[in-house]
Amino acid sequence: MNIIVCMKQVIDLEQIRIKPNTREPVIEGLPLLFGDFEKCALEEAIRIKEVHGGKVTALAVGSPKLRDTIKEALAMGADEAIILIDPIFQDSDAMGSARVLARTIEKVGEYDLILLGDSSADEYSGEIPPRIAELLNLPQVGFVREIEVVADNDQMSEPKKIRVARDMEDSLEVIEVDLPAVIGVTSELNTPRLAPLSAILKASRKPMHEWRSDDIGVTAEEVGARASVVEMLSNLAPIQDRKGIIYQDVEEGVIEVIKALQQEGVLTQ
Amino acid sequence: MSGILIYSELEEAALGLLTKGRELATKLGKPLSVALLGNEAADQADIYFAHGATQAYVGDDPNLTHFQARIYAAALAQMVTQAQADIVLIGSTRRGRELAPRLAQKFSAGCVTDAIGLSVQDQRLVIERRALGGNTVSAKVITSQHQVIAVMPKLYDAEPEAASAGEVIPVSLELEPPATKLIERRSKEAGVVNLEEAEVLVCVGRGLANKDDLSLIQTLADSLGGMVGCTRPISHEYHWLAEDQMVGLSGKEPSPHLYLAIGISGQIQHTVGIMDAKVIVAINNDTNAPIFKIADYGIVGDLYQVVPKLIERLQQELGR
Ligand SMILES: Cc1cc2nc3c(=O)[nH]c(=O)nc-3n(C[C@H](O)[C@H](O)[C@H](O)COP(=O)(O)OP(=O)(O)OC[C@H]3O[C@@H](n4cnc5c(N)ncnc54)[C@H](O)[C@@H]3O)c2cc1C
Ligand SMILES: Nc1ncnc2c1ncn2[C@@H]1O[C@H](COP(=O)(O)O)[C@@H](O)[C@H]1O
Repeated sequence: MNIIVCMKQVIDLEQIRIKPNTREPVIEGLPLLFGDFEKCALEEAIRIKEVHGGKVTALAVGSPKLRDTIKEALAMGADEAIILIDPIFQDSDAMGSARVLARTIEKVGEYDLILLGDSSADEYSGEIPPRIAELLNLPQVGFVREIEVVADNDQMSEPKKIRVARDMEDSLEVIEVDLPAVIGVTSELNTPRLAPLSAILKASRKPMHEWRSDDIGVTAEEVGARASVVEMLSNLAPIQDRKGIIYQDVEEGVIEVIKALQQEGVLTQ
Repeated sequence: MSGILIYSELEEAALGLLTKGRELATKLGKPLSVALLGNEAADQADIYFAHGATQAYVGDDPNLTHFQARIYAAALAQMVTQAQADIVLIGSTRRGRELAPRLAQKFSAGCVTDAIGLSVQDQRLVIERRALGGNTVSAKVITSQHQVIAVMPKLYDAEPEAASAGEVIPVSLELEPPATKLIERRSKEAGVVNLEEAEVLVCVGRGLANKDDLSLIQTLADSLGGMVGCTRPISHEYHWLAEDQMVGLSGKEPSPHLYLAIGISGQIQHTVGIMDAKVIVAINNDTNAPIFKIADYGIVGDLYQVVPKLIERLQQELGR
């Protein structure tokens, strides 16, 4: 089974600082990493491959820093990686990024399953999986927390179906999906393995392709800032006006906090 | 081409969107209609008319069995075309979140999911949503001809208006069979509480060592007359509490008067859910925990020492 895993490098969200006067986020120079959901997608792909054979390809669109970030995917166990780096791709909206990914997947050609995070850690939009599925005219299931490969016959080598459990508001839906399909996963799926140091060192020996816009035949009319149809007017931290009174002494803290809560009027009598 | 079309499989969400839709329709000078899918759709049209829709586009097809984004997006696209709608508002339920981007892609349109605010500025629809994992709120406009916006389901309340009638317009759908089959639906263990109603909310995180110790947290909540919620690991990894007790970006976003974070580090995906709390209290044994940065009051200490003392003192003070 050939599996493509789409992975997005995101800045370390824990390290974002907010400028107190303007409420603007400071994101320059922060480390980039893969989100938890994407790592679960990759982990699942590797596990499926370990049982059913085939190949796992990690795919990512992003900045030149990807050349470094992607090593983690190879070290975890992806057989091959394709990274897409091109100034033309910069400032793409979700439609632009989905186009780049879909075009790349078409060029790769042989795939049975496309795994993604259900939503990315920074945007948390969930737009990319449905858009890719639409561009490739494939079925799509999101919020997936269990995946099982279903054998049609005795030959386990060519599974054509998977069974997934997807997490709805009030129920789990178990769904059988014909392959190929686009599946968005959440972090309940598995616990991603940590890549051992030896694997990280060996990762650069695995095939890693870097493609540009002409490799996949997209133009600046279709992707990037010019093709973007979503315009951001502002992006600011909400006003938070907190008192920040912290007690290091437990005895004092308990007495003072309860006193303060009574004064604030939030302790119902 | 112009018009606002509303769809949600969740009636409550669709009716809430009609409340906001009415305001947008007036400001933008567009008709307001609703899309209804499924076999009893036509029978339900009246309630939508009573909430401000002037047309109901109704359609059914044997391929609209269980929800499958590919088929539902195809059905909705046919309604959008027939209604000549350029703004589509969808409830950002799990299904709506899968549906909206796929529908948008059919029209090469821009989309925003999980919208937390809609307003008209200079005749443009301005949409707010969280960004950077919840660190910020961004304001966006969609510049494509069609706009698809998935709006948080409980953002607007349903408000019926004086009895009004509307027009039912049948749409004959052409759909392919789905490539998916619903095998079973397992119901989830429902939480016993509705966190959105909590005035006092005590949330617990990975600082709790054992499931049994939840009784300590429950006792604290009881002495405050509050409810118990949690972070994602507690509900989704350990399954110590029901999943609808999880607070944060991917869970509930309550706005209590008082919120207590116990053994919670304060990562943004959690804290974004309680930003609207009036007073935030944090208890954590790590003085550098980020939760203290957003707290009004904090106690640095082991929760197993602090919580029993709080309970004892509260019981003295409040007689509970
Ligand atoms: C896309 C996405 C969406 C997410 N959505 C959500 C969401 O909606 N809600 C959510 O909660 N999470 C969400 N998460 C997960 C989130 O990023 C954090 O992993 C999670 O909130 C951490 O939970 P925690 O604070 O309980 O655990 P930890 O981060 O492990 O913190 C435990 C804290 O307990 C303290 N502690 C330990 N022992 C004690 C003690 N004895 N006494 C006092 N303090 C102690 C520690 O100092 C530490 O600060 C999401 C993640 C992603 C990637
Ligand atoms: N630039 C990207 N490169 C590769 N995969 C991506 C990219 N952006 C989004 N994805 C994938 O799409 C998922 C959902 O992202 P989003 O639609 O942004 O919430 C992510 O978890 C990734 O698996």
